[in-house]
Amino acid sequence: MSARALPRWKLFALHAGLAVLCVVTLYPVLWVVKLALSPTQALSLSVSPFPEAVTLDHFRDVVGATDAQGRWLFGRQLLASLVVSAATTLVGLSLAVTAAYALSRFRFPGKQSGMQALLVTQMFPGTLMLVPLYSILQALGLIDTWGGLVLVYATTSLPFCVWMLKGYFDTIPRELEEAAIMDGATPGQVFVRVVLPLARPALAVTALFSFMTAWNEFILAATLLNDTARFTLPVALQRFVGEYKTEWGHFAAGALIVSAPVMALFFALQKYLVGGLTAGAVKG
Amino acid sequence: MSRAECTLAHLGAEGKLILLLLVASLTAHAAPLKLWHGYRGGEEAALQTAATKFTESTGIAVELLAVPYDALSSKLTSAIPHDAGPDVFIFAHERLRQFHRMQIVAPSTRWLAKDAYLKPTVDALELDGDWYGYPLSLKCLALFSNTAKVPSPPRTTGELEALLPGLSQPARAEFGLAWEAGDFYFHAPIFFGFGGQLFDASGKAQFDTPAMAASLAWVKSLQDRQFLPQEVSGALVKSLFNEGRAAMVISGPWFAGEIDASVKYQVTPLPTVDATGLPMSPFLGVEAAFVSSRSQSPEAAQHLARFLSLSAATLERVKVGRQIPAEKAAYDDPAVAADPLIAAFRAVAERATPTPNTLEMARVWEPMKLALRGVLQGGVEPKDAGQLATRRYRALHREAPPKANPAPYAAALTLLVVGFVVFRLKRATGRTAFDREAVRGLAYVAPAAAGILVLVVIPLVVGLGLSVFHHEAGTYSFVGLANFTDILASKGYAITEPLSFYFTLSVTILWTLVNVALHVGIGLFLAILLKEPLLKLRGVYRVLLIVPWAVPNYITALMWKGMFHRQFGAINGLLSLLGLEPVSWFTRFATSFAANVTTNTWLGFPFMMVVSLGALQSIPQDLYEAAEVDGASKWTQFRRITLPLLKPALLPAVILGSVWTFNMFNVIYLVSGGEPGGATDILVSEAYRWAFQRNEQYGFAAAYSVLIFFVLLAWSRVTKKLSGEEPA
Repeated sequence: MSARALPRWKLFALHAGLAVLCVVTLYPVLWVVKLALSPTQALSLSVSPFPEAVTLDHFRDVVGATDAQGRWLFGRQLLASLVVSAATTLVGLSLAVTAAYALSRFRFPGKQSGMQALLVTQMFPGTLMLVPLYSILQALGLIDTWGGLVLVYATTSLPFCVWMLKGYFDTIPRELEEAAIMDGATPGQVFVRVVLPLARPALAVTALFSFMTAWNEFILAATLLNDTARFTLPVALQRFVGEYKTEWGHFAAGALIVSAPVMALFFALQKYLVGGLTAGAVKG
Repeated sequence: MSRAECTLAHLGAEGKLILLLLVASLTAHAAPLKLWHGYRGGEEAALQTAATKFTESTGIAVELLAVPYDALSSKLTSAIPHDAGPDVFIFAHERLRQFHRMQIVAPSTRWLAKDAYLKPTVDALELDGDWYGYPLSLKCLALFSNTAKVPSPPRTTGELEALLPGLSQPARAEFGLAWEAGDFYFHAPIFFGFGGQLFDASGKAQFDTPAMAASLAWVKSLQDRQFLPQEVSGALVKSLFNEGRAAMVISGPWFAGEIDASVKYQVTPLPTVDATGLPMSPFLGVEAAFVSSRSQSPEAAQHLARFLSLSAATLERVKVGRQIPAEKAAYDDPAVAADPLIAAFRAVAERATPTPNTLEMARVWEPMKLALRGVLQGGVEPKDAGQLATRRYRALHREAPPKANPAPYAAALTLLVVGFVVFRLKRATGRTAFDREAVRGLAYVAPAAAGILVLVVIPLVVGLGLSVFHHEAGTYSFVGLANFTDILASKGYAITEPLSFYFTLSVTILWTLVNVALHVGIGLFLAILLKEPLLKLRGVYRVLLIVPWAVPNYITALMWKGMFHRQFGAINGLLSLLGLEPVSWFTRFATSFAANVTTNTWLGFPFMMVVSLGALQSIPQDLYEAAEVDGASKWTQFRRITLPLLKPALLPAVILGSVWTFNMFNVIYLVSGGEPGGATDILVSEAYRWAFQRNEQYGFAAAYSVLIFFVLLAWSRVTKKLSGEEPA
């Protein structure tokens, strides 16, 4: 944590500890990889996380799937997932940023109870909200549309995003904004030019979260969408794990494909998390 | 076939023709018919071909939608009443009564040619003198024998028991026989073989009978002699049979598609029980094409459903989809007649009884599962299992509470709401003025608030409202606070039993505390390690450690469930490498709970790690430098600088994390499934069971949810105190 060099043994211990933790963390994932690469559709029962024989058939099957009309299902479903998740992130984040900023900086009636209400909405089990939600979306004409999904995902992940961002905005010193105002900036400019750039790490985390909420969700998507070619990927994935028949190989291959973009996204967002953007903020 | 029946069948065929012409003229330009199903692979391809044939002969287009079978029922019950559903859907007959109660299925009595199909399949579709849907295929259990190991399959339990010792090699994990013994669907034929009657004269389920004890004792004795594997899942049965490690398997027609081409097998009826002389007669499940009650073109829909169940469509389903047909004529087809699998299942079906489509039947599964698992995993004697099941059955079988007069409740609610609003307004205006700042703040918040109001708050209020109703068979009756008093008075079971609210609440609180502590502890620890600027590869570590978060939690939950398997799981494999005894994870509360916690910790620590990382970045580095100069130790720096400054970003995450963990349904449901006996269920999974597995008692489940809500509300009061300390 200081600028001094670490003793060699300490560095070694750190690496060893982290390596062990990584192995523990990755063991179940290796199982999924093994299932995806093994030639059978069966659940493997051995201890070793490495496949005995390797084939890409499962991936080929999952990616190459077409429907009766010859439409390339995987491509369309990937597109559906991307569109829905990206739109959710955009809508969710822009709603959350403004709300969180207001909750962090302004005093207005209902602020405290609003914060509590946000938390309260997370307390009611989601499964029982499905039935009324369906009626509301029907009234809005949003059944079987991506728009309906985006709205629901964005609003259900809002409480988390707002709480997260509000907590972060609170840590940004107000002096910076006050200084900007002294320099003649409008409140809008302060928000966009000063506060948002400083909040980039928190924005990255919340964007990632919004994206993942939409990317991984399948219960609602399976209920609302009525066309195979417009399903999101997790809904398509769910079909491999049936009541009578489970295609573990296809399921595992699909699971890896579904997980890959989120990992890639995290990797891409690393620099925002690592950059230490706020570290020197107090010095101004 | 009697003369009258002949005429009827004839009329049926003629009627079809007339209908066909009528339909063709009426709907030439109509919207395509929507057909929803849960088929995959060959069955799906066959259905597609059959639908194309229908379009060719009638000119009516058909749009197919394949929905995962588990999701199909809820999709149907939500879509059809909103006119967003299909015209025709394919489902098993067990749900017919529920569908009928929800008024989503139309009768087929006028069009159904009853003697075109095997009799039990038609019987299965009858409901109070009317018929619904057209039978397509049947499913029931039979004995699959590996012919290399069992040249002549046993016809009686005596023959079976004589064979088993020679076929079982427990040391090499080879077994004579395997089936999903923990599931009552698979145990039912054995129970019936021992002379069991599931329902008494008044139609009530009965469990505490000599036949139940005898059938359970028989299965237990096979397991004790290590002829059967333990904790059997469908996947295990499949891999054991394909690897030649199970000589015989009890399963249904779907199993044929899972057997490797290299394994030669034959299918025979389940053996006869020597003690009673009765055959083990399995439940018969019938898949049928049902017509939606809300179809815009009901006649065309009836026609399509009927078309799918007959002649050319049937043969397609049999030959390509490998289904066992319900239509009699299909068995005369030379190719079908020559298929030993189909012939075998027809023979089995003749002596099978359709699964009763009554509500009482739906109440049997959970108590029986409890009893079966209790016996098979030890801890419950076969003779006591019936009593255990009866007790659970009584607890689950709630009588409808008496109806209440809604007027006083409505008055009280109105008063409460008005009082609350007045109180809030007075307090609000007393504290914060509507100045310019307030207006701007509200404007910033408005879009988010509007979205949350419509899509979160309204569904939530409706959910709250349900808790004062009793739901039975599609109708709601107002019962006041009866659901709550039943739950809080622990009506029907002792406070210390897993079904009791207080027991489940204690488990839930323990679950939440343990998990959040582990998430934050591990997450923060890793974040501090990873923050070390001199550490090489930290980007790599960070990405690797985040992986559990990126994998959807239902996938990892299923993986962990497999890893905790008693005989073949990786965890027990590792334990035995260390020279430890394997653990039967889901038979005891402590180990089952530990398995859930392990899974959830694995899923949850990366989130806290990322939050902590993000929060650590916001701490000015020079504070540490200053502390260093002052000679503060690392520990003092952590306590005095890191922790206090982490709080603003970490506290909301901890609060939300605790709420999420409290309601973490997927892990509990998929990993332990509440085992043993519902002891590891948390409040939200218990609410789910009341809503979707115990005769759709939505009101009772909503009352559970409201109580969850109040518990968490109380918790949020505590956290409000905590967060109140932070500088606003």
